Amino acid sequence: MTYSSAEIWFIVAVMGVGTYLIRFSFLGLIGARKMPDWVLRHLRYTPVAVLPGLVAPLVLWPAATGGEPDPVRLIAAAATLAVAWWRKSMLWGVVAGAGSLWALQSIF
Amino acid sequence: MASTTRKSAFIQGLIAGLPFLPIGIPFALLFGVVATEAGLDVAQTVGFSLLVIAGAAQFTAIQLMTEAVPIWTVLAAALAVNLRMAMYSASLQAHLGAAPLWQRICVAYLNVDASYALGVQRFEEVPETPVSDKFAFFVGTMTLMAPLWTLGTWAGAVTGDAMPNWITIDFAMPLLFLSIVGPMLKTLAHLFAAVTSIVVALFFGFLPSGTGLLIAAFAAMAVGAEIERRIGRA
Repeated sequence: MTYSSAEIWFIVAVMGVGTYLIRFSFLGLIGARKMPDWVLRHLRYTPVAVLPGLVAPLVLWPAATGGEPDPVRLIAAAATLAVAWWRKSMLWGVVAGAGSLWALQSIF
Repeated sequence: MASTTRKSAFIQGLIAGLPFLPIGIPFALLFGVVATEAGLDVAQTVGFSLLVIAGAAQFTAIQLMTEAVPIWTVLAAALAVNLRMAMYSASLQAHLGAAPLWQRICVAYLNVDASYALGVQRFEEVPETPVSDKFAFFVGTMTLMAPLWTLGTWAGAVTGDAMPNWITIDFAMPLLFLSIVGPMLKTLAHLFAAVTSIVVALFFGFLPSGTGLLIAAFAAMAVGAEIERRIGRA
């Protein structure tokens, strides 16, 4: 490590404060005031706009295979999403995904 | 009566957060190992997890620090990884904006991918929940994970190995988040937003520090909002 101890603490502190302010931003400063309808209409899609994009590369190029697409993991991911959607249940999704991952990995 | 429902909301949050522990704890151990191997001392490593409490950004920072890039480059890249949390903050405002300031201060500290996903899923399912119960649920999801994130980092930093079989859990995180997203795909607008998110994130996957994910998120929100504007919330 080429940084001094003070520099490392500086990085930790700025990242801590910066990350906190990012998290606090809208929730903290807007508070109970109501945001305009068009903003709310966009924000309603935040979870489905961020989470699928967050996991898509992990599903398609898993680290465990060195980034090679893996049919077993692709099937398990598809099963998770499909069953969670069909049963409207996170739990059933996990069961289907983990179950198919385990079953397929023990076969192949 | 009110305190009874608040207590049960907290317990429900606690239970909802359990599936994330088998992922979060090995991640925390790994961070402790990687950071100390990179040259941080134990206090600095634990400080990272305690103050930043954001896995992806912490790993990004350590990776860049081993490459000896300028300090400002480390900070810019690692904070960019966390920018998606501004979207979480805005999204949570609709549900928790009316909570007292001290509660919003707590929520901000605990606002990570898992707690956000669990929280927003629950708040959309039961929108009439009192704000105090929503707060209790949200805090519940992180009551075990937040201290274990710091403790796990410390354990990894002190032992230097003791890694669990990490390969077998590598895919647990994608599966958990996909199982959260599944029930959220209630309308055509949600479905198209999710598809947009995947396609754009993969297309811009080569961009550094989660920039591609931010572009994907903005595009997907625009698609969802536009479909809703044209055909309503159906």
